Parts: sequence; structure tokens; C-alpha cells
Amino acid sequence: MNAPLLKVSALQAWYGESHVLHGVDLHVNEGEMICILGRNGMGKTTTLRTIMGILRKRSGGIEFAGQDMMSVPLHKTARAGLGFIPEERGIFASLSVEENLMLPPKVAEGGMSVEEIYELFPNLRERRTSPGTKLSGGEQQMLALARILRTGARCLLLDEPTEGLAPVIIQAIGEVLVKLKQRGMTVVLVEQNFRFAAKVADRFYLMDHGRMTAEFPVRDLPQRMDLLHRELGV
Amino acid sequence: MMMIFGIPLQALMGQLLVGLINGSFYALLSLGLAVIFGLLRVINFAHGAQYMLGAFTALLLLTVAGVNYWLALILAPLIVGLLAALVERTMLSRLYNLDPLYGLLFTFGLALAIEGTFRYFYGASGKPYAPPAQLSGAVNLGFMFLPIYRGWVVIASLAVCIAVWLLIEKTKLGAYLRAATENPVLVQAFGVNVPLLLTLTYALGAGLAAFAGVLAAPIYQVSPLMGSNLIIIVFAVVVVGGMGSILGAIVTGYLLGVVEGLTKVFYPEASNIVIFVIMAIVLILRPAGLFGKEA
Amino acid sequence: MVGKSEPIPSEAIAVHPKAGQIQLGLVALALVAALFAPQFLYPIFVMKLLAFALFASAFNLLLGYTGLLSFGHATFFGGAAYFTAHAVKVWGWPPEAGILLGVAGAALLGLVMGAIAIRRQGIYFAMITLALSQMFFFFCIQASFTHGEDGIQSVPRGHLFGLIDLHEPMNMYYFVLAVFVIGLLIIWRFVNSPFGMILKSIRENEQRAISLGYSVARYKLGAFVMSAALAGLAGGLKALIFQFATLTDVTWQMSGEVILMTLLGGIGTLAGPIVGAGLVVTLQNYLATSDFPVTIITGLVFMTCVLLFRRGLVGEFFASKIGRRLGFRSGS
Repeated sequence: MNAPLLKVSALQAWYGESHVLHGVDLHVNEGEMICILGRNGMGKTTTLRTIMGILRKRSGGIEFAGQDMMSVPLHKTARAGLGFIPEERGIFASLSVEENLMLPPKVAEGGMSVEEIYELFPNLRERRTSPGTKLSGGEQQMLALARILRTGARCLLLDEPTEGLAPVIIQAIGEVLVKLKQRGMTVVLVEQNFRFAAKVADRFYLMDHGRMTAEFPVRDLPQRMDLLHRELGV
Repeated sequence: MMMIFGIPLQALMGQLLVGLINGSFYALLSLGLAVIFGLLRVINFAHGAQYMLGAFTALLLLTVAGVNYWLALILAPLIVGLLAALVERTMLSRLYNLDPLYGLLFTFGLALAIEGTFRYFYGASGKPYAPPAQLSGAVNLGFMFLPIYRGWVVIASLAVCIAVWLLIEKTKLGAYLRAATENPVLVQAFGVNVPLLLTLTYALGAGLAAFAGVLAAPIYQVSPLMGSNLIIIVFAVVVVGGMGSILGAIVTGYLLGVVEGLTKVFYPEASNIVIFVIMAIVLILRPAGLFGKEA
Repeated sequence: MVGKSEPIPSEAIAVHPKAGQIQLGLVALALVAALFAPQFLYPIFVMKLLAFALFASAFNLLLGYTGLLSFGHATFFGGAAYFTAHAVKVWGWPPEAGILLGVAGAALLGLVMGAIAIRRQGIYFAMITLALSQMFFFFCIQASFTHGEDGIQSVPRGHLFGLIDLHEPMNMYYFVLAVFVIGLLIIWRFVNSPFGMILKSIRENEQRAISLGYSVARYKLGAFVMSAALAGLAGGLKALIFQFATLTDVTWQMSGEVILMTLLGGIGTLAGPIVGAGLVVTLQNYLATSDFPVTIITGLVFMTCVLLFRRGLVGEFFASKIGRRLGFRSGS
């Protein structure tokens, strides 16, 4: 079996004096989509931010494509092939849609071309000269996704893509994710909406108070429903 | 002789020109301040000192190395920009996480140190710097004589302001700048070397100030004190304009320069405080400034 | 945030059981030293020190305890000096009345400047105070009563309450010392009053103070006027000490100087501005006779303090082991 593309071991992190991650272990194989589940405040977003290197008060091991990422400065992390799509989407108001799309620099070959992106997201082509924040929530999510796809990143860290969106849009995002999987993209998904996640993810982690408490493949989901109901209150 | 509002047309036009020239410097300097503040969130008190450095560099280049005005227009901003980049890399960047007032205090200290040094070596008096031969003399416009150099100052500053505006609004680099102004961490996470961007931005701002200094040298003479009183007026200009937009800084600069010039014609005693008075009025009526976004 | 207490060092140090008494003892010691200082140092020099220490303390009221950086305090200091000098010399007022006029004038200037500047926050506030102060400077150049470049000279010190001749150096010295102590007591009471507590909460978390219903603008303005009035007290004193009032006192360089004193000594501490003023005045005195460029040193000290030394001398002492053992705390 090949080594995982992303391997996180005993990851700890602090916001100032506050100890938020207490030893997170996870791994993702190339082409796999994993989903981190958990209630609010358990550390899911923090985990993504720590892996990406936005949160720098951290210890433990982060290995991506065989490279130790702990000492890599933030502005070089993307070049390794990691792409980060934050929960708040981060669309820039003072940039047009197209400027937003073209902003993240290319980190590798194999990214989607602008034409391919506009085919996948026709709304973005129509609105490409509008200011970025004039888009609807769903369109902004598409844009946030699209701009990383252009860069050639190998692994996406995707934080709550469906939050606050209408079911129709959520479906559309699901379709995009499936297409990405078909292209071999590796994804670490953070989601509260596990019914959505169940349609796209291969494996799940359950997170509680800054550490992983369960891990199971998607086929085991029915057996784990009790656990999820208990832990997530759904 | 033609009279407008009881003032001879010649005098009016003359003062208007002076106002336009002062406005050119106000525009260039407040543009530099706005560019630096936008991204670094630092009020660069040293801006006046960098303006002075630009003028002195041009003077020294001429007297020591025989470098002419035209080359100085390019070299002085580059040199001053390089020095500013050094300061940013080694010292200023350590202050970004702190209250922005520390940035103001640091650059204040830097301004004092720079001006004190030049005052020590060159004394307080102004040294003359001749305009280049191609720009000397005047042109007769009929209603007034226009000194060519002064006309050049207005055109050159306008051109540079527009160029900077284009750089920021229409180029990829400008997009990086605008995005980093909104969310520097995310832009860094995309793989853009934001720390380098910050250094370049500070250098650009300082370079703009230095460029203004070279333009100013033939008009105002080169003195170690030329920046310090000017910078306070520019602060007022920037408060009136609101630091939100680049365009706002430029327009406000020219506008206030012209207003100051007109005040000199009609009410000379108030001419050196009129900008401050306008600032006070704007603050009472519209605190965010004429073009400001934040309240 | 400027002036906000630095985070508590993680190593906990037990406060000495007699810490309160030790602090009081140190204050008493300082007072005794002040009483006998003229025996060892030139009275004029110590008086200058006391006036600037009061000026810096007044400034610190605004910066250290309210978190507002004013770059225009010279207006209050120098303006009051002009008012006092004019009242005593031209109108023949007794010194105590002259000083009170200086204070009132400074408070009025503070009210006007503060009302305009409060419209913006933080960094804009500083720039606005600078610009308004410069405006006052230009006014002072042109106004007739200030006599422009010459300033108001030969200001008589007069007789305090009609009885005490202030031309006697020791009388003047004790008068200045008394005013200085009164000024400090006012500051101390103010900081520990309910008003002062609310100011502190505004500095720590302005949004929360607003949500609690406090009219933040009014409190800030109150602190500003208080600070201006006390700076005016120092300025009026200075006019009588040196017996002249000049343009130098209303320049932005003077505003910068008082910031330096406070920064160097320790923002947000009671003793900091006094220590800082002492250092700066002594240094200036020492350098005045030599050819040394004071501006360069001032600038370098500023830069060094901001980069490495933000707590200032007193603040660093408070944060050190000895300081914590003695129960000293800054910003409170």
C-alpha cells in the first residue's frame, strides 16, 4: 500500500495560551476524500488551519507528499500542493470575480484551465467583471473552489462548503466534488452536514475536544448512525 | 488688465498655478501615505524625511557624481526605496502585530533621526538646485507667464499618480496588494509571499516621496527641514480625503492645493491654516473623509 | 493596545507581605528627596524637571489610562504658558490667578481639540491632534499677544496670595513642588475614581463599554480635557519658572518630546512619566552645552523604545521579578 499523501501525527495546537488540539492523528491517501465530523468548537476548522500553517503555534508531525511541513513558512505551503478554502470563503471585495479567480498563483501543472473552470461554473463566466462580493453565497463558494482548482493543488482542505446554502446549490457543489474525485483530487472535508458528506466522502473521522475519537469507512456508516446521533445531536 | 472678483487675472492665475503645484506635492505624498497605510496599517511619519532624502539624493548625485536631473528622477526614488526596504525588513515589520500607534511612533523617531543627521551635516539653510536646461524659462500664455519647470511638475506628478493608480487597480501585482489589504493571511495561504509584498509596498511609498522630493528641489531648495512641516499638512490632506481610496488621496491633494492657493489670493492671513480648518469641518460633518469608507 | 497591561508573566511570584508598605515607603523617600533636592542641584533645574514631570504625567493620563495618543499636547502646555505669562505680565494678575487662567485656557483648547479629534479613532485621532496643534502653532506665530518669535519675556513671578515673594528661589521651588504634588494627587484620584475605572474598561474593550450603555465619546472627551488642563497647569508653572513663554513650547517637536518622556519612562504607570521626564530633561541639559545633535538621539531613543522597550523603564521594572515581588502593577 502506498504511503498516504497527507499524514498528520500527534498534532497539537494553541491559540495564544489556549490549547485547542490535543494530539490529532489522521491520514489521507491520494485520490481519497475524507470527512471530519464533529460538533461546533471541537477543533475541525482549527485542524485544517493548523495543517495549512495558518495557525503556527503547533507541534507534532505533518507530512505531505513525503515532505515535512512543520517548518515550511505559510507562503510556501501552497507550493507544496495544499489548497485551502476557508469557511468564510474569503472572496475579496476589491477584486473582480475574474481577478479573484486568477489570484492564487499556479503551484503545479495539472490544474484546470480557465476555460475548463468556466465550463464547470458557467455563472462565474457571466459575472466575471463584477466585484467578487456581489455574488450570492453559493456562487462565492464556487469561486472559492474554482480559484484553487486553477492552481494545480493536489490536496484540498475544504471547510464547510455547504454552510448556509440552499439545497439546490448544495447539490451542485456535491456534483463538483464528485467530478473532482474522478480527476483524482485528494480532499480533506470538514462538514456538519453528514448526509451531504455521506454522498461524497470515502472515510470519516469523528472529532471531539481537539482529538479524533472514531474513524470508519463510508460503508460502515449505517452501523455508526447511533454514534453520530449521540455525538452530533442530529 | 482683466480683473476677476477685484483681483487682477494675472495674480489669480499665478496663485492658481502655485496652488496646483502645491497640490501636486500633496497628491504625490498623500498617495504614498495611503498606499503604505492601506497594506501595512502604518502611518509613515518618515514620509516627509523620505521626501527630503529624495531631494538631497538628487543634489548629492549632481554635486558629487555629476548625475543630471533626469537620471536623478529615477535613481533617487530607487535609492530611497532601497533604504526604506531595509528599514522595513529589519525593524518596521516587527511592529505589525502591535497597536498601529507604535508604527507611528517608530516612524516618527525615524524621521527625527534622519532629519537630525542631515541637519547636523548640512545645517538648516536651503541649498539651491537648478532645474535642467530643457525645462528652464517660461512660456507666454497670454494671460500669464508659465514657468516651464512648474508646468512640468504638474504634468509629471499627474502622470505618476495615474501610473500608480493603474498599477494598483489594473495589474496582477495590484490585485495581490488589494487582496492582501483585505486578508493578508489568506493571500499568504495561496502562496503569495506577503512579507515581500509588504516590503515592496513600503519601498514604493518611500520612492514616491523621494520622487516628489526630486521634483521639489528646483522649486523649494533642498533643506533638511523641507519635509517636516510639509508632512503635517499632508496628514491633514489624508484625513480630509479619507484613507480608503487611492483615487481619493490624489483628488483631495490637488483639490486642497488649489483651495490653499485661492485662499492666498482672497484671504492671505488664513492661507497656511485653511487646510486644517477644512479638516476640522470635514471631521465634524463627515468623519470618514470625503472618499473614506470606514467611519 | 498601547498602555494596556502586558500579559502576566507565566511564572507566578508571591507578593511580599509588606509590599503595600514598601511602596508607600518609596513614595515617602521620593518626597523627602524632592524636599532636599535644591541643596544639591540647581533649583531651576529641579523646577524644570518637576514641570515636565507634571506635563508628562498629564499626557500619560490620556495615553496610558485611556489609550489615546495625542500628538498635540504642546498646544495645552505652550498655550497655557502664553496665557499665564500674558495675565501676569500685562494684566498684573497674581501668580495663582495667572496659573488658573492657564489651566482654564488649556482646558478650553482641550475641549475644542478633543471634540473634533474624538470623531475618529486610534491612528486618525493622533494625526488630527497633530494637525490641529499645528494650526494653533500658526495662530501663535501671527497673534499679537504672543509677540511671535520673541515670545513673552520678563514675566514677573509676583507674590503668591499677595504674601510670598516668588522671586526668592526657595519660595518658588516649594511652590512648584506643592503644585506638582497636587497635580499628581489629582491624577491619582482621577485614575482610581469611577470615571477612571470606566475609562479603563473603554480602553480594554470599547465595544463592550458601548454595549453596556456608556457614552464612550463623552468619557474620552472628559479624559482629554482633564489631561489638557493638567498639561496647562504644567505650562503655566513653566512660564513662571523661566519667566518667559515662547513658540518652542507649542511646536510639534514639543509634543513629540512629551510622548518620548512617557514612552521611555513607562506608559500607564504613575511613576513612569516622572522618571522619563527626569531622564530626558537631564539628557537635554547635558547635551545642550555640547555640539551633539539632540534630535538624532531623540529619534534613535524613540526607535529603540518602540522596538525593544515598549514598557519603558518603570514598566520593565514592574514586570521584573523584584517589581512583581513588591506588588507593582502597571495599567491599573
